[in-house]
Amino acid sequence: MKLDEFFVTGDPLIYGADVSIILSMIGVVFVLTKYKKWGWLWKEWLTTVDHKKLGIMYILSAVLMLFRGGVDALLMRAQLTMPETEFLDSTHYNEIFTTHGTIMIIFMAMPFLIGLMNVVVPLQIGARDVAYPFLNAVSFWTFFMGAMLFNISFVIGGSPGAGWTSYVPLAGNELSPGPGQNYYLLGLQVAGIGTLLTGINFLVTILKMRAPGMTLMRMPMFTWSSAITCIIIIFAFPVLTVALALMTLDRIFGTHFFTMVDGGMPMLWANLFWLWGHPEVYIVILPAFGIFSEVISTFSRKNLFGYKAMVYSMVIIAALSFVVWVHHFFTMGADASVNSFFSVTTMAISIPTGVKVFNWLFTMYKGRIKINTAMLWSLAFIPNFVIGGVTGVMLAMAAADYQYHNTYFLVAHFHYVLISGTVFACFSGLYYWYPKLFNHKLNETLGKWSFWLFMIGFNVCFFPMYFLGFAGMPRRVHTYAEGSGWFELNAVASVGGVMMGIGFVILVYNIYYSIRYEPRLTTGDPWDARNLEWATPSPVPYYNFAKIPEVRGLDEFWRMKKEGKKDLDLKKDKLEPIHMPDYSGVPVIMSTFLFISGFGLVFEWIWMGVAGAIGVVITMIMRSFDPDEGYHVEVEEIKEIEEHVRREEA
Amino acid sequence: MAGNNHNKFPWNHVLGFIFSIVLTLLAVWAALYSSLSITAIVWTIVTLALLQAAVQLFMFMHIGEGEGKAQKGTIYFSAFIAVVIVAGSIWVMNAMMHSMM
Ligand code: HEM
Ligand SMILES: [Cu+2]
Repeated sequence: MKLDEFFVTGDPLIYGADVSIILSMIGVVFVLTKYKKWGWLWKEWLTTVDHKKLGIMYILSAVLMLFRGGVDALLMRAQLTMPETEFLDSTHYNEIFTTHGTIMIIFMAMPFLIGLMNVVVPLQIGARDVAYPFLNAVSFWTFFMGAMLFNISFVIGGSPGAGWTSYVPLAGNELSPGPGQNYYLLGLQVAGIGTLLTGINFLVTILKMRAPGMTLMRMPMFTWSSAITCIIIIFAFPVLTVALALMTLDRIFGTHFFTMVDGGMPMLWANLFWLWGHPEVYIVILPAFGIFSEVISTFSRKNLFGYKAMVYSMVIIAALSFVVWVHHFFTMGADASVNSFFSVTTMAISIPTGVKVFNWLFTMYKGRIKINTAMLWSLAFIPNFVIGGVTGVMLAMAAADYQYHNTYFLVAHFHYVLISGTVFACFSGLYYWYPKLFNHKLNETLGKWSFWLFMIGFNVCFFPMYFLGFAGMPRRVHTYAEGSGWFELNAVASVGGVMMGIGFVILVYNIYYSIRYEPRLTTGDPWDARNLEWATPSPVPYYNFAKIPEVRGLDEFWRMKKEGKKDLDLKKDKLEPIHMPDYSGVPVIMSTFLFISGFGLVFEWIWMGVAGAIGVVITMIMRSFDPDEGYHVEVEEIKEIEEHVRREEA
Repeated sequence: MAGNNHNKFPWNHVLGFIFSIVLTLLAVWAALYSSLSITAIVWTIVTLALLQAAVQLFMFMHIGEGEGKAQKGTIYFSAFIAVVIVAGSIWVMNAMMHSMM
């Protein structure tokens, strides 16, 4: 392979990206070296198994990916604002919507939510870490390496361009030659390992590590939503793993699972993809529902209305999410019995979802509602998500879907559910739990600015798309004709896109601003909240709880406050040494080998793929001979830390 | 961590490992190198796949060491999902193939 095939050449945008990547890498290396921070980076972050730190790294990566996906989005809007623009050609446009979609779902939405799960779930159930802290680090690093593998495609080798759904035969070797599509397959494969491990890890954590007295029906709603999400992950991700592996075999080793000839079945790819893909959309919405439940209940100053109905509706959603997948390809030509069956199951999902919406409304009913940025994101979710859900039911009617399918109507639908559902939840959760991690709030004025800009921008951007769909504009086209009549609505949409971009920039600036100027907290409970994560001091000591709390019902922390009980009395309570897991460098090294192996396979350099795989096996063997005994935090040290974070004298 | 008899040699796991490799190789042989008819090949590899699943469930996943209700629930749910994925795919793909003709 020649060098100019290895690096992507010829496009000024790409050269710009090359330069900025190199400059920022030099910048990072320079800063780390100048301030002698390499050791700190390795000891405190790269080898950590602490769920809070892993959570922070997940969220940081997700924000970075939101930026990358957002730039992709703005490029697309720039191209579509006016008819017959020649800013991006069709190939480039295809690559951009492919990376946009894949990054937003796999490398932004899921890691953001998993990051929040990492931070919050152990604290909510009164645990000192997750069940398998080492595995948790493996999860993060495989996700991170998968994301990096996918992200370098646009400067090295070329991006995939067959859509985030990567339907064959388009994604096959004949129509998508070269490394691009392989990046998609291997990036997702590597990251998928991490997601599956997270699913197992958090399910075990929630089932086995709850504080004494916390029965299942006393768990906070976010923990419930995480548990159910984990179950969906455990059952759905293996399907993706297999489908990706089969397509990888097709592309690299010449098998014929999905090819047009020699007995391959191209439609089987679509079938397998959506067998994973539909559960996947519920993987990114259920934790969001959990976040909204927490935030709405806290700031309505009431307990959650219909707790049991909330739990059961999620269980039903989880089961139904596995029996609706065909609604993504009603138009592929199945017969009427198949289409009607999946039409009905799809519509059925909206029932438990509707139950949840009413429960949130009743939670607020007669509550003393406190409006702040976290609550604003949750409030805005309800009406916007309802629009997305209602249009979903319109799409669910198979006959009608022949009209809507693959038009901008569909694009509007899934952005309404994913942005006002998942993204609003991520922001709401970020504002809500941020003080727990960093001991200060995010600034409210900037927060409200970014909220209003983003929320209004979102509607300005995506509401017109419903009408573009009615007017017949197909999705995934890189331009349209003068006389099509689509110009005005597209121009409006682009204005909304820019507003969302500004809203995002303000949100990021707010983090910087708040680090510098927001007053430090003097309490671990800045919102007067209800669940156990707020019983800990802020910032949370690395062992979370000096004394594991005893749970007597729902909203335990609220009850403790009502009774005037403190979670920890340093003078009276007897402390015991705490057993904690050791940090380990194996996860990051193992994942680096996975990256190398994946990179080799992308370019079909089998020697490199094998070499990386050998590295992975060696690190696994190293790990299995590591006794990993952990260490004890002595009572003296716990006392010292608690006095310090609680600012009291013992 | 101390725990479930770590000092005994893990025969179960080693045997399971060997079984799963042998079953896989048998399937490869049946599909690529045997002179069986297509129908026979399909039945052979489906049978091998079921055996493979049994090996995994009994030798690695300790299906016998349950904890009552929760254990039963998860097994039923897994069976439900497995049926949905396999039978569902066959049903849907068949419907597609027929209307394509
Ligand atoms: C009331 C509940 C919902 C119903 C009835 C519903 C229905 C549908 C239908 C029928 C389609 C396929 C339309 C077509 O391709 O022509 C679709 C697409 C989609 N939906 Fe939903 N949906 C619902 C909720 C959600 C939620 C909660 C999410 C994610 C958070 C979501 C994400 C998506 C995505 C990403 C696609 C398009 C994927 C693609 O083709 O690229 N939907 N929905
Ligand atoms: Cu779906």
